[in-house]
Amino acid sequence: MALVTALPQDTEPVAQAPISYWRAVGWRLARDPATLVAGSVLLIIVLSALLAPWLAPYDPSAGSIRLRLAPVGAPGHALGTDEQGRDMLSRLLWGGRMTLVAGLAPVLVALALGTALGVLAGYVGGLTNTLVMRTMDVFYAFPAVLLAIAISGALGPGLPNTLLALSIVFVPRVVRVAESATVQVKGLEYIAAARASGAGVLPIMRHHLLANVLGPILVFASTQVSLCIILAAGLSFLGLGVTPPAAEWGLMLNTLRQSIYVNAIVPALPGLAIFITSMAFNLLSDGLRDAMEIRA
Amino acid sequence: MWTYAGRRLLLAIPTLLGASIIVFAMVHLAPGDPIAAVMPAESSKAEIEATKKAYGFDKPLPVQYLVWLGRVAQGDLGRSIATRRAVILDVRDALANSLILAVSSSLLAFGLGTALGLLAAFRQGRWLDKLASGIAVIGVSVPHYWAGIILIIIFSVQLNWLPAMGAADGGGPLAYLRHMTLPTVALALIPLGVITRVVRSAALDVLSQEFVLALRAKGLAARRVFRHVVKNAAPQIFTVLGLQFGFQLGGSVLVEAVFSWPGTGYLLNLAIFQRDIPVLQGVILVLATFFVLLNLAVDLLQTLVDPRIARH
Repeated sequence: MALVTALPQDTEPVAQAPISYWRAVGWRLARDPATLVAGSVLLIIVLSALLAPWLAPYDPSAGSIRLRLAPVGAPGHALGTDEQGRDMLSRLLWGGRMTLVAGLAPVLVALALGTALGVLAGYVGGLTNTLVMRTMDVFYAFPAVLLAIAISGALGPGLPNTLLALSIVFVPRVVRVAESATVQVKGLEYIAAARASGAGVLPIMRHHLLANVLGPILVFASTQVSLCIILAAGLSFLGLGVTPPAAEWGLMLNTLRQSIYVNAIVPALPGLAIFITSMAFNLLSDGLRDAMEIRA
Repeated sequence: MWTYAGRRLLLAIPTLLGASIIVFAMVHLAPGDPIAAVMPAESSKAEIEATKKAYGFDKPLPVQYLVWLGRVAQGDLGRSIATRRAVILDVRDALANSLILAVSSSLLAFGLGTALGLLAAFRQGRWLDKLASGIAVIGVSVPHYWAGIILIIIFSVQLNWLPAMGAADGGGPLAYLRHMTLPTVALALIPLGVITRVVRSAALDVLSQEFVLALRAKGLAARRVFRHVVKNAAPQIFTVLGLQFGFQLGGSVLVEAVFSWPGTGYLLNLAIFQRDIPVLQGVILVLATFFVLLNLAVDLLQTLVDPRIARH
């Protein structure tokens, strides 16, 4: 009673239902300027990669030796040409496709596989937990860069090997986050209530656990995208990822490296593209974390 | 405390064994017959069989693993296929160069990152905070191999101030210092971003606690309050420093490739392209062991500084 009288007397009772969590997140995201800028930049990058066949003014693998290393702003080649006389703008547009695929696919694989393993280990506990988590610990014995390079170094170059190597790097990370989030949620009373009312293990994991652990896992996975992009391009930069003559930002950086003594700007462009993309993903995941009110 | 330390030590053993299995498996992960790489193409079948026997490849895999592990435990990492030198010697020389780079870049990142993070926390929301946050985002977003190339373009090609390649073998300490400057800066960028972020949020955490309010309320000078905050945030700051140092050792592969710095990363890169599997295995095994032991040391030091952790 005391609580009610403490309220101002003339306030209207709130009649409408509280807005849903995800709508609140979307609303907060749309009001954050850094997220908006990063999102727009990313949209442009993704669209230009998707539309590369129509946007690129030249064939990305056709060049002329007489037109080698034209500077930025050369007639007909807005961003210059590379060491084989191929149009840089066209190659950057096409190159984004490979980099984005190699940067996003492993994180998506890790998200699916890691969440499944982590939730299972966290919920079932016991021997399953020990088995899964100790196995994941083994992968933590290697720094991420080293593990990626070691596996793709042993497997040999090529995009499929890169994707496999990077997935192996990111799955254990997601498993750890998923497991610890699950263990936290598992102890809450509503899970006990669900169990008491006769719900089986799988329905509880699907309906009650997953809904509550997915937020932190999603935010964590989003922070990993930029790292994955840098690693994927890094593998190609070492000659371990995408193989020539394909256009890929890391590979372009590698082949243009020798040309820095001739032209200082053009060889820096593919790296700039990697940098902008990874920064946009980082800012976006920062915004997502703030909007979802998750502390990481 | 001691039971925790003991348990943590015991946990490191299966991790290291698991890591050794992964490293051992790399030979079989590699496409092609490992024997084919060392034999001339015109060798007869009997010769190939004899070599297989000499390398122990005719035994079942678990036996091969145990034999290999036994040799590794005695410091024998095999011989390089390309140079016939003992792998352990190559790795030792390279590790020294990598360690120097890891230490120098960690110190640079730690000094700058701590200063920036603390300044940002004490000036929360002001332009200094925004600047520090900006530097932090750039640090964690920039591909460090590209940053290395940019540094070479600016300081070696355009200004001609610093060398771009190698470690100046036999050039004296000053030449060595000049050679390590650019790789150090390139390698410091990621930890700089990470450390700035962690220090800022750790200091903000402490600042939001009630005892800081009490310190201020009793009229303690700002400088003394600052000391209290730093002391309370220190365990978290040292943890991140330790972890980042480990990442520096393994993460320098790409930067070493850019600067042709003769460290473990460069050796690894070389081994990959010569398909020199023993060297590949040796480098990765040594780095992983270093990394696990370092993480262990960080954990133990952390409980020493903050005994609450062991009780969890």
